[in-house]
Amino acid sequence: MLRKIRIALAAVFFIAITLMFLDFTGTLHAWFSWMAKLQFLPAVLAANVGVIVLLCVVTLVFGRCYCSVICPLGVYQDIVSNLSGRRKGKKMRFTPSKEMKWLRYGVWALFVVAVIAGIHALVGLLAPYSTYGRFVQSVLAPLYQWGNNFFAWIARRAGGYAFYPKEVWLKSLPTLLAVVAMMVVITVLAWKNGRTYCNTVCPVGTTLSFLSRFAMFRPVIDTAKCKDCHACEKKCKAACIDIAAHKVDYSRCVDCFDCIDNCKFDAMKYRFAWGKQIPSPAAQVRNDSAEGAAEGAGRRAFVATSAFVLGSAALRAQEKKLDGGLADLVAKKQPERATRVVPFGSKSVKDFYKRCTACQLCVSACPNNVLRPSSDLAHFMQPEMSFERGYCRPECVKCSEVCPAGAIERITPEEKTALHVGVASVQRELCIVNRDGVQCNNCARHCPAGAIMMVPKEPGNPDSLKIPTVNESLCIGCGACENLCPSNPISAIRVNGLEQHIRN
Amino acid sequence: MDNQMKRRDFLKVMGAGTAALGAGAVGCAPKKDAKAASGSKEMEYRVNPRNGDKVSLLGYGCMRWPMVKDHDGRDVIDQETVNALVDHAYQNGVNYYDTSPAYLQGQSEAAAGIALSRYPRNTYYIATKLSNFGDNSWEGTRKMYEDSFGELRTDYFDYYLLHNIGGGGLPMFSRRYEENGAMEFLLKERERGRIRNLGFSFHGNQAAFDDFLKLDDKYHWDFVQIQMNYVDWRHADGFRNVNAEYLYEQLDKREIPITVMEPLQGGRLSRIPENVAARMKEREPDKSVASWAFRFVGSHPRILTVLSGMTYMEHLVDNLVTFTGFEYLTEEEMAFLEEMAVLMREYPTVDCNDCKYCMPCPYGLDIPEIFKHYNNCVNESKIAQSEAQEGFKKLRRQYLLSYDRAVPKLRQADHCTGCNQCVEHCPQSIRIPQELHRIDAYVEKLRQGLL
Repeated sequence: MLRKIRIALAAVFFIAITLMFLDFTGTLHAWFSWMAKLQFLPAVLAANVGVIVLLCVVTLVFGRCYCSVICPLGVYQDIVSNLSGRRKGKKMRFTPSKEMKWLRYGVWALFVVAVIAGIHALVGLLAPYSTYGRFVQSVLAPLYQWGNNFFAWIARRAGGYAFYPKEVWLKSLPTLLAVVAMMVVITVLAWKNGRTYCNTVCPVGTTLSFLSRFAMFRPVIDTAKCKDCHACEKKCKAACIDIAAHKVDYSRCVDCFDCIDNCKFDAMKYRFAWGKQIPSPAAQVRNDSAEGAAEGAGRRAFVATSAFVLGSAALRAQEKKLDGGLADLVAKKQPERATRVVPFGSKSVKDFYKRCTACQLCVSACPNNVLRPSSDLAHFMQPEMSFERGYCRPECVKCSEVCPAGAIERITPEEKTALHVGVASVQRELCIVNRDGVQCNNCARHCPAGAIMMVPKEPGNPDSLKIPTVNESLCIGCGACENLCPSNPISAIRVNGLEQHIRN
Repeated sequence: MDNQMKRRDFLKVMGAGTAALGAGAVGCAPKKDAKAASGSKEMEYRVNPRNGDKVSLLGYGCMRWPMVKDHDGRDVIDQETVNALVDHAYQNGVNYYDTSPAYLQGQSEAAAGIALSRYPRNTYYIATKLSNFGDNSWEGTRKMYEDSFGELRTDYFDYYLLHNIGGGGLPMFSRRYEENGAMEFLLKERERGRIRNLGFSFHGNQAAFDDFLKLDDKYHWDFVQIQMNYVDWRHADGFRNVNAEYLYEQLDKREIPITVMEPLQGGRLSRIPENVAARMKEREPDKSVASWAFRFVGSHPRILTVLSGMTYMEHLVDNLVTFTGFEYLTEEEMAFLEEMAVLMREYPTVDCNDCKYCMPCPYGLDIPEIFKHYNNCVNESKIAQSEAQEGFKKLRRQYLLSYDRAVPKLRQADHCTGCNQCVEHCPQSIRIPQELHRIDAYVEKLRQGLL
């Protein structure tokens, strides 16, 4: 019964969170974004005390059910493990292992140092919910969007408006490669040994384990009833039950209740057991050699990931259309920016990257193709803004509505008009007023802040062509000018981020 | 795909017609079936009083032929379909074909040559033009003239036009045709018989037109091609274009035969506002909306031929119905159309006839498609006006999605730089950048939810 409740709740969270990452229309975010805000690490970085206290209390009372229900990466591993267990002869495939202390606390310590020292790439890489989010955003979302585009194609043929196409583009190749590498490792580990990742690498799992050891309710072995059949042991994907010693390692138990459901003798009970039977750290458990090997694979993957980061440059598809009567279009290229641009609603570039766990929820919510994971090492996989495919539209505050980590604070479109995240500057030699000798005021015409002033190209000659200049105090950094600039592939006007965002 | 669907519909109609004939119900075959109709009635012909040419009142405009993509992704004329269209037109009595070296990125003449050269040269009339807008040097002009013979596979032109004069007035005319010696040359060619009729096509204001008519004393225009339809008859803006009524009366006074272009305003008069279309259907439920426009022009006796740029077979079939056993409009019906024209001027459509002379826009915009999409939405009452309006959300979504479908994002109005390079090419003298900015401002309001 408990197991079924666990599975039902996990299914609800898992499906809703996955769909939220897939949905690009902004419909589901309104309903499910609280599920993202319930995630542990984002809550910590957002200093969301309510959620942290709630999760701690839940863990202290019920154990690590967070890992089995709320964390989508945990549930993903359960699904993989379940599929693996359906193979012939693999139903009872687990063997107990001892806690991999050195690795577990080592990774955790490293993680804490990374959070404090601001090594954002490492924090993002290890964050479990964000790992899953990146997987959906980079791998599943394109498939979902292609499926959608097929329906959009049908809708177009049929003259209906139920579906519209979504541009599918490679937002960051290094990120994609890192995500795929990471997911291959996690999937292989789950396929072989269940929850190895959660109990050896995951820093959130380790953090919660400090509390779950003292949980009030936990699965307890009734030694009087236990016939030493080892069924629970072999079904324990956390490998934390030691029947020889009649002990359960509650630091690793994720409250999946598979043991309870599988005990034929009613010897396993989930009950109030506060202060009793705390597992001895010295418990003698056989080391699982398979696990050690898999761990090695995990480490290799991390090394490989770093190599991708260093070695790859993003490829951008050229959007060339030869259409006879139409001029060729030259695709825009991402320009160099003195300071990167981060979303409206973040306080500063530094604060944004300090809090962001690179879950990509904002990237999947951005309807204007502005946000994408960055490819450079310092902020690897954390989002940044660029305006080759769209600009940050005045009516849109989607990213601020979904961010669970407090990196982007919730704002309204009205508040957005008073925020400044960047400032545009004109490269006059690229401007078509100079280059082609024609009049153009497309940037000025589309500036939502009215920050662009057209002035005579030749000072003192009011009859000369007008060229754009930026009134820095008005510019908000939305990128409309850069996106709509007719100069290609590099726009004649570009936005540089502000280190400290201005509110007025 | 669109094309195919329409062809399928057409085949259905044809099939039904044939079935009706087979059943022996000869008198009541569906009106759509031109082949059936032409059995009992005749194509309307007009005789050119100056030389006795017997010209079909329906002329084929070769500016809007169907295009397909070749393997390099370029637009090329779908010659197979063009041959089928010309076959059907020819066999049903259409004998006037109007092309230009500039049409369809320069491919129209050759396609017309291929399709028409399969028939005896003395059974149809060819009209083509001296379209020297860009290069008006003597060499370029002469080459353009000589090339047309090769493309059209002929050694004489029945009707030869100085293409699109009016804008720029006499000075521009002088630059294109007089200073380079072209006019002198063309007059000689007329004497030699290589040009049977010499005329011009006109877009512009009244003063320019008066000037060109005065030149009749010098050059003896054999015919003049004007833009004429029931809207432009009395509702040209007067500043950039002159009322067709004036043009017609002036030419009528001088007894100069008139050929007519844009009888349908590039198809716009077949996609008119819903309530106007309903008024027409109320009177003539079985006649197409377009047929009113053709009957309006054809009902004027000085008209030699009415050019229609028929892209699809069903355009041709419908027009054949109109011009076979042609029914003249009564005075009352003329007044009715005038009333409709007044109604239609209330709508904020753009006067674009989709001639594509403005293209290619150097900044990648698809100008005619942007206007077409906007006009269609206006005419179909699909403009979202305010949040208070019933069904606003649906209209808003429809407008934005259909806009993206009609015009790729990077070719939409928000990319117009306002450089004004297109304006001088527009025969309708539309202030293109202003209109694009107007549409862009509307779209921006829709997107931002400011309505």
